[in-house]
Amino acid sequence: MSAVASGSTAAPVPAVNRPGVRLRIARTGRRRSPAVTVVRYILVGIALIFFLFPIIWIAGISIKLPADYLSNPPVWIPSEITFRHYQSVMAEKGTLALTNSLVIAGIATLISVLVGSLAAYSLARFNTGGRHLGFWLISQRMLPPVVLVIPIFLLMREAGKIHPRLGIDQHLPLIALYAVFNLPYVIWMMRSYFTAIPAEIEESAMIDGATRLGVLARITLPLALPGLVATTTFAFIFAWTEFLFAVVLTRTNAVTLPVVIAGFTGGQGSNWGRACALSVVATAPVFILVLLVQRHFVRGLTLGAVRG
Amino acid sequence: MATTTPVESSTMPRAGGGSFAARRRRTGWFMAAPTIVAILVLGIFPLLYSLALSFQRRDLQHPNEDQFLGLGNYATALADARFWDSMFNTVLLVVGGVTLQFILGLGLALVVVDELRGKRFIIPLLMLPVMMVPVVVALGWRLLWDSQFGAINHILSFILRRDIDITWLTNKWTALFAILVTDVWQWTPFMFLILLAGLSSLNPELYEAAALDGAGWWQELREITLPGLAPVIAVAIIFRALDAFKVFDQIFMLTQGQPGTSTETISWYIYQVGYKFFSMGYAAAISYLLVIFLTVAAMIYAALFLREERS
Repeated sequence: MSAVASGSTAAPVPAVNRPGVRLRIARTGRRRSPAVTVVRYILVGIALIFFLFPIIWIAGISIKLPADYLSNPPVWIPSEITFRHYQSVMAEKGTLALTNSLVIAGIATLISVLVGSLAAYSLARFNTGGRHLGFWLISQRMLPPVVLVIPIFLLMREAGKIHPRLGIDQHLPLIALYAVFNLPYVIWMMRSYFTAIPAEIEESAMIDGATRLGVLARITLPLALPGLVATTTFAFIFAWTEFLFAVVLTRTNAVTLPVVIAGFTGGQGSNWGRACALSVVATAPVFILVLLVQRHFVRGLTLGAVRG
Repeated sequence: MATTTPVESSTMPRAGGGSFAARRRRTGWFMAAPTIVAILVLGIFPLLYSLALSFQRRDLQHPNEDQFLGLGNYATALADARFWDSMFNTVLLVVGGVTLQFILGLGLALVVVDELRGKRFIIPLLMLPVMMVPVVVALGWRLLWDSQFGAINHILSFILRRDIDITWLTNKWTALFAILVTDVWQWTPFMFLILLAGLSSLNPELYEAAALDGAGWWQELREITLPGLAPVIAVAIIFRALDAFKVFDQIFMLTQGQPGTSTETISWYIYQVGYKFFSMGYAAAISYLLVIFLTVAAMIYAALFLREERS
């Protein structure tokens, strides 16, 4: 299996692989000296420290007393472990932010996966719109979001005059926006998963009298389930982590976790414990999801251009 | 995609008439319709609305002074030092960040690609930064860079054996460096994972042949690894570069564009023009200049590095 899937970028790869052979351990041709192995372990160790340290630092502050995290030099091992930051932040805006994030990211993901899978199926099976529709969709994702934030802010202000639930600081506009922003991603990913399922399987079901939607629901989607789960997870994470639109379009009612966490930075030090506690709350669920879909990680993040 | 059609046409009722191909086309468009409508309403329409805005004076603080300016906003932007400075900072962060991420990611991938004990645990651990909320990442680094209570000055003091007391975020260049490191921290694992996937699929026989020919480490890298990885590298870089151009969250959390306006990026500047000065027309014009710049840059990149499949 070539690393680069046959997309628009498939330049000739000199190292041609035997099809179907997955090469987990590459470059077996050479014996490494023990010294090289030691150096490799040291480098991996340094990398692990560098990439894990900030995470540990945040988690650490979330359970340290202010006296420990506001000391110079810093206290590495806390004198006492406390959960008071979690309690106080969840008693304030934390619970609201967590609920909002779950509702907004959750519903937006459901909509984008439902609507996007239909379109993806259409592109995969009926080649709808030829190459143009696919490229038009993907080009939507290349646009920097800041370009849309000005007009959408103004339009939401107007929409709020029509119905209060459509205006600024409401859940519905964010749900709709996140759903639409995720559509190109969902379509691009699901199309590649659908394309991999042979059309013959569907046709034999249709001979038995199943309708197109019945086939999609009972045969194709179950077959594409691993891909669907991965796509859903990534779509959820994109909505979960989004900040620019959330900070522009919310005030107090529909604030999401990133907005509330960012709101703590103004304060000088005294808020750090709570900011870090809420950061842990915002991060932990994503880590669990990532571990569930790690096999799809590279493919999921490159829109299928690179297979992991 | 040509599927075998006669079977289906004999079993399906000819609802609505028309040929089988026409019916398939209709079903296809029907399924794609919700997506197309949604993107037209919430993607294309705001974009066109923004284009119209960019030709107007629209100041929310002076709601009665709206007027048509033609290309006036664009002319103002092209003469605006803050626009150019923020573009420069953005390009600097994109080029610097993507280069460092590529070098570090490739290095790490080369280290990890061969058999390594504990690889099963190392790779998932290295995935974690990519999936973190960027605001949380920036918060963590904001605390690490802190001149008094942060770990970085403390660690530097320990290594250099003298008191280090740098106020990282109050000087333009150290602040940009801090932003760069934050970005590199979060996205080097992304490069690493893509390049690792690319490396794992290179043909080991080429390395065997190279070893027989007595090729050295550097020769192996230059003659086999990099050419073989080229398509993967091209994809990885375009993904990262397009994403890095959006940098906003880190600026919001680390510097808010300060000191002065010296660490502004283009996304931050547009946000400031729109939500601090409420000059919506001007913000829209800058946005369009950004779109034009990115489109041209992407086209040049595609012409240079991405070869079309069938053209």
